[in-house]
Amino acid sequence: MEFLAYFGGVFEPVAFMLLLCGTIGGLILGATPGLSPTMAVALLIPFTFHLTPVHGLILLGAAYTSTVAGGAVSAILLKIPGAPANIATALDGHEMARQGNGARALHLSFLSSGAGGIIGVLLLIFLTPLLAKWALAFGPSHLFWLAILGVTIIGSLDSKSFVKGLLSGCLGLWLAMIGYDDIQGAQRFIFHSSLTGGINIVAALIGLFAIPQVINMLAKGRKETNLITLAVNHQSLAASFREIGSNPRALSIGTIIGSIVGLIPGVGGQIAGLLAYDQAQKFSPHKDKFGTGHPEGVIAAESANNAMVGPSLVPLLTLSIPGSPTAAVLLGGLLIHGIFPGSDLFDRHPDVIWTFINSMLVGQILMVVFGIYTAVWAARIAKAPVPVMAAAITVLAVFGSYSVSQSMGNVYVMFVLGIGMWVLERFGFSAAPLVLGLILGPIAEANFIQGSMIATAQGTQWSYFLGGPLNLLLIFLVLASIGYSFRANMLDRRRRSASTDDRSDAT
Amino acid sequence: MTAGRAQHLILSAIILLTALTVGWLSFTREPAAAFLFPRLISIAFILLAVWNFVRAALGLAKTGGGIDRTTLVNLLPGVVVMAIYILLGARNLGFYAASTITFLVLYSIYDPAPLTSVRDWLKRVAISLAFMAIIYILFALTLQVQTPRGILM
Repeated sequence: MEFLAYFGGVFEPVAFMLLLCGTIGGLILGATPGLSPTMAVALLIPFTFHLTPVHGLILLGAAYTSTVAGGAVSAILLKIPGAPANIATALDGHEMARQGNGARALHLSFLSSGAGGIIGVLLLIFLTPLLAKWALAFGPSHLFWLAILGVTIIGSLDSKSFVKGLLSGCLGLWLAMIGYDDIQGAQRFIFHSSLTGGINIVAALIGLFAIPQVINMLAKGRKETNLITLAVNHQSLAASFREIGSNPRALSIGTIIGSIVGLIPGVGGQIAGLLAYDQAQKFSPHKDKFGTGHPEGVIAAESANNAMVGPSLVPLLTLSIPGSPTAAVLLGGLLIHGIFPGSDLFDRHPDVIWTFINSMLVGQILMVVFGIYTAVWAARIAKAPVPVMAAAITVLAVFGSYSVSQSMGNVYVMFVLGIGMWVLERFGFSAAPLVLGLILGPIAEANFIQGSMIATAQGTQWSYFLGGPLNLLLIFLVLASIGYSFRANMLDRRRRSASTDDRSDAT
Repeated sequence: MTAGRAQHLILSAIILLTALTVGWLSFTREPAAAFLFPRLISIAFILLAVWNFVRAALGLAKTGGGIDRTTLVNLLPGVVVMAIYILLGARNLGFYAASTITFLVLYSIYDPAPLTSVRDWLKRVAISLAFMAIIYILFALTLQVQTPRGILM
């Protein structure tokens, strides 16, 4: 119950104000189609430089939590999921809004998000210290394999093609090596003076997540967007509470699936929402009502995608392996503030980490309160014209990457990486494994060098990295993540070619 | 060969070339100890890049829609404006002036409203100035970020 001792920190004026700003800002950003939680957190990182580590993390954590929930607003009122995590919410939520039950759908969405989110954060509170103690057994060779596992898991699970996912991870690892080598001081891959200090993580994060989004907006050209926000009638909050209470099945399915998905590194909220929706439908006596504006669909999807947030930080804080792409960006935020995840995190920075985790718990409640009362406003802001959004993100990206170290070099790096990532995305590559390679690269290299030195001293070069039960388990997990993804790719290709054959037979 | 297949082939060739360059630099540069980890990574990088290239050459690389002509025509003016802003404008005109102009130009190019209407122009200018005022308050006054000063501001 150590976390209770640090609850006071959340209610300090500055911390609480940042929590409020992060929550309200996150709800608006989340409700805006095209602004994913990952991008929102990446754009916010430069604002945390001038804050203390704990205040910076409170802001990022609040934004992470509320952008995921805020995405439900546009999913329900505009039928455009604000984030991939809200795809399943749109299926029944928008139908409810079309039937004049918009307020009810929004209430259910935020109440179930809050319930799922609180359970997710409680899991984070109770599981993280246990896993951190277990992580004490990890030496340099294990930490090296863990970093590689982080890249391969996200590389193989987060991409449409596992070869491209792993290639993205390799590209990220290579980008991480640019600059001066820490031990020898040798220059590595410095092709331009802007790269002398290496690739700055914040500039890279902004470029990789924000610029492709801007270019996608521009690629639509001068198109009139006629988004119609559905009217929201008044609905009693007490009735919504009763409705949540009378749907424990959907709520518990969503929360359990979301929590499990969050704990699995690299999977993310999109899968949590869709999987929970599917399972809630299977277990429901009203299967046929799903997709026609059935409240259970909204409750299952929203409780799942927010229950995922807390557990996605468990492997991040203990093993440096993020549970979702947004958690990968949050890892960048932690490192920038000098907080290195690992077994001794809770011994070195108990005040920072516990206050941060507690703020996520309080943030869930604030998210419900503000979500319910600001949803309609958020939906109006979400209708901001695409050219305004594109111009605003461009300017924010330039200012954000410049302010990292007040250097134009970071702005050039941000722009070049952004353009490159947009091209790669058009061919099925994904930004998440590249970012993870970039963040975990230095951790993998430092442990590889340290491990090599120990192995040389012991005269056991290969067996140090390849022997021992923990090394073997981690190597097995690396290979299993690649093998699983390879098999899934093959099955998917066979299914697609079978459906093409069926279609050609039919014609 | 379809346009999609050719594009996949070109991109995979560029990636393979990058991987080979990384491998060549890792194995030829000194001191060797500084390139130990890059060597390890470059082997995996090259193997995956070769695999990706072979798949593209055989027409098996199908993920992603590629880049079509309409997309390119639509985004080109915006990307050119962004490039001028980042590479020339910010430093020479001054950060805030260049940002305001870029915001207004990007908004105007992609705004579906007619470019001949004075009312629409006033709206665009007002939104650009309002947004830049927020940015100025955030970065210059609150965070005290020192930005390059140019001819204008």
